[in-house]
Amino acid sequence: MAGKHINLTLKVWRQKGPKDQGGFVEYHAKNVSEDASFLEMLDAVNEELVSKGDEPIAFDHDCREGICGACGFVIDGEAHGRLKSTTVCQLHMRNFKDGEVLTLEPFRAQAFPVIKDLMVNRSAFDRIISAGGYISANTGNAVDANAVLIPKADADEAMSSATCIGCGACVAACKNASAALFTSAKISHMALLPQGQVERKERAIRMVAAMDAEGFGSCTTTGACEAACPKDIQLTNISRMNREFFVASATKRPKHKDGGAG
Amino acid sequence: MSGFLGSTVGKKYLMGISGLIWAGFVLAHMAGNLLIFVSHDAYNSYGHALTSGNIIYVAEAVLVLALLTHIYTAVSLTIHNRGAKQQAYAAPAKGAKKVSLASRTMAAQGALVLVFIILHIITFKYGVYYETTVNGVVMRDLAKLMAEVFQSPAYVGWYVVCLILLGFHLSHGVGSSFQSLGLMEGTYRQLWKKLSCAYAAIVALGFIAQPLYLFFFAH
Repeated sequence: MAGKHINLTLKVWRQKGPKDQGGFVEYHAKNVSEDASFLEMLDAVNEELVSKGDEPIAFDHDCREGICGACGFVIDGEAHGRLKSTTVCQLHMRNFKDGEVLTLEPFRAQAFPVIKDLMVNRSAFDRIISAGGYISANTGNAVDANAVLIPKADADEAMSSATCIGCGACVAACKNASAALFTSAKISHMALLPQGQVERKERAIRMVAAMDAEGFGSCTTTGACEAACPKDIQLTNISRMNREFFVASATKRPKHKDGGAG
Repeated sequence: MSGFLGSTVGKKYLMGISGLIWAGFVLAHMAGNLLIFVSHDAYNSYGHALTSGNIIYVAEAVLVLALLTHIYTAVSLTIHNRGAKQQAYAAPAKGAKKVSLASRTMAAQGALVLVFIILHIITFKYGVYYETTVNGVVMRDLAKLMAEVFQSPAYVGWYVVCLILLGFHLSHGVGSSFQSLGLMEGTYRQLWKKLSCAYAAIVALGFIAQPLYLFFFAH
């Protein structure tokens, strides 16, 4: 392969553990193939670090196909790097010029504490999901797939909300570290479908409460989340979440102490 | 509903509604004041009609309440939001994922607009009281005070700067209010956005034209 090769200077955030102060350390990535992904470039840097007996740079990754939501850090202030609609594992080195200096930082948010280097703890998202990101389903035989009719427009909209992979780039990009885009995508995708109606109100109330309890900020509609989202989740979702939450709060029925009649 | 107003989403509803009340007010304020281009008498008669009835006290009470709500909620959300981030990035975003300055600096704009509102009320509402007679009715000659104040280039400059800032605050704020209230969904989303920007431009330019006109043409 006679592909082009480039040299880069990386200023990488190194932090030994959650309690360590951390700071930037400079590395040189030499002879990087333009066909390599950003993570493959880091793999090569880590190989060199390991061969010298140094600690490799820790970063999250899993599928490396842009569909799992495991990877993600910030390159020059941009979550997942400079390319829109892309996870950092799908960001290739052909998007960089020879001699560039790049600053690599972990996602910054109080609700996402740093575990090590570029790795952050995103279990706050799991807790938001467990607060209401599910539907009730009967056991027994599966219902025929076409038994429940769904308008095409609703199905499409629900699908585009459901493409959220929960990577946390929205929180990372937001100056308020707001989880509104993530939470609203999850609330939306189930509120739009008939299967999500049973817990619809309860879900909106509980997921917003969980989001606030985790210490995420509020949405000021800067649109930074939408711009950073590798799956192009739209701000529309946040507007829908707010309405869902308002309607649910205003119309929620009190729970009967002894259960309903019948 | 206490849970509603205690949540970040509920607070955004408060921000949006109180902001929209003021957005409605500034549009009416700007449009009414355009009478300065007709004549000083027309302007003074309009002011007199507005302040003669009791409705002015209701309007003032609503505006003060909305402003206090807007300020209190803004301060509490800003403190909460700064606490949620704490550490900014060493390298700020410069490329495709950068966001508009107007949207990032709402709190700072709001603080300056508040200072402007206070000084503006001191200058005019509680300013020098001149009298004039229009069609036999004795009334306050606010047009004279306005013409006097805007003889000073420093005053005109300060007003122009503040009104441009108000324009930016409105351009992001009005659209963002519709977003917060849950209306920025579906087909009309882009239309709402454009209307917010057009509205902000009309309000800012309509206001700015007044001190500039008095400074350049009404000596």
